[in-house]
Amino acid sequence: MRKVQAVIVGGGPAGLAASIEIAKAGGKVVVIDENGKPGGQLFKQIHKFFGSREHRAGVRGYDIGTQLLKETEDLGVEVLLDAPVYGLFRDPAGIMVSYMKDGREQAIIGEKVILATGAAENALVFPGSTLPGVMGAGCAQTMINVNRVLPGQKVIMVGSGNVGLIVSYQLIQAGAEVLALVEAAPSIGGYGVHAGKIRRAGTPIYVGHTIKRVLGKTQVEKVELVALDEKFQEIPGTEKMLEADTVCIAVGLTPLTELAWLAGCEFTFIPLLGGHIPIHNEDMETTVPGLYVAGDIAGAEEASTAMEEGRLSGIAAAEALQLYTAEEAKALKAEVWDRMNALRTGPFGQKRYDAKAQLLATAKGGK
Amino acid sequence: MRVVKHPILPEDTKPEMTIFFDGKEIPAKAGEPIASALLASGVRIFRETAKKGYPRGIFCGIGRCTDCVMTVDGQPNVRTCVTPVRQGMKVETQKGLGRWSEKA
Repeated sequence: MRKVQAVIVGGGPAGLAASIEIAKAGGKVVVIDENGKPGGQLFKQIHKFFGSREHRAGVRGYDIGTQLLKETEDLGVEVLLDAPVYGLFRDPAGIMVSYMKDGREQAIIGEKVILATGAAENALVFPGSTLPGVMGAGCAQTMINVNRVLPGQKVIMVGSGNVGLIVSYQLIQAGAEVLALVEAAPSIGGYGVHAGKIRRAGTPIYVGHTIKRVLGKTQVEKVELVALDEKFQEIPGTEKMLEADTVCIAVGLTPLTELAWLAGCEFTFIPLLGGHIPIHNEDMETTVPGLYVAGDIAGAEEASTAMEEGRLSGIAAAEALQLYTAEEAKALKAEVWDRMNALRTGPFGQKRYDAKAQLLATAKGGK
Repeated sequence: MRVVKHPILPEDTKPEMTIFFDGKEIPAKAGEPIASALLASGVRIFRETAKKGYPRGIFCGIGRCTDCVMTVDGQPNVRTCVTPVRQGMKVETQKGLGRWSEKA
């Protein structure tokens, strides 16, 4: 069986960044991704990123994706596409990664394995939520920005986090009408700058509201909103019916942790980071020796933090493979931590910083 | 409906091709997933559930939820959100769990 120094599952921002660090250190690394193209969800992000210059702030997501892909090509990183990974097995030489490719089961051993599988959007259940026309906000975003197709003309967005706000604006840019953005909480969840953009574009934001039901014979035709009290109970008499053909759901992400469960990782539960998260230390190593996590699987955040976590896991794996001395690795990791801590500041970042700190404490046996 | 004019993205120059939806010719763009070609032609109902025949369409768009599965070239349960189109591909609304055609 083929054996390499590192196998990375997932070729999104975290996985590609990890592969770049290992290749830079001189390691042989293989990235395996179930999709036909690498880059994960970066290529649908047409907005400019936040942060400072070293976080490539002001650069659009797809340009960051293109840069990452070029770096991996220049460094000779091998990327296996259309290859879903279905199993991890302990092996004396490392961890065996099993995957499907060209309709056949195959396997490769990585001395170190990094899981960068990302996250999936949460669903929301209401009468009519299974009707065609109800979809994840990320799904709509892929349709408009990657495939250049409008999934509908008159859209109701649910959820006012950054995904809900940004995708609403991008739907408007693509030519759709966003009739309303609905948020159950009493205030907007994402950045004010994004909320301002969609308000200026004429989309009302209904905080303290939810979808009561969606009506339609074979697809979305009408959407009924209702106001909520401070205990999130519907207030009778506040219903409002809107004619719409599409409902987009942006109510958070859940890390894709199946492989980490299979591998026997210990987990902790942190709602702010998306639920069950594999416990990992400062090196992103899980409780299974030689198995690392990076990006949304280690707690759903943003592409910029995912790339930093990818770099961190890559440097740590390279150190464990003795491609770096402890001192070299320490200096490189410190740089990443500085950038990552800078990303986890401000009213939103601070909460994620605290949640990650709690996670690291769990890894140390605190809690 | 296709997004033609966009304030940020350049013009879409992917070559055109043709696929069949329930026997009817519809246009598609090379490399795009089946689901996107269908949505561009206004098709939103991809399958009917097994017991009650309820309509279903695309939901997650990343190959996880399997709500968008259809019968493609005689093979049922193909995830149309992550399967790219091919010239002449035959895509059919799937009833229930679908049925393997004799050719597939």
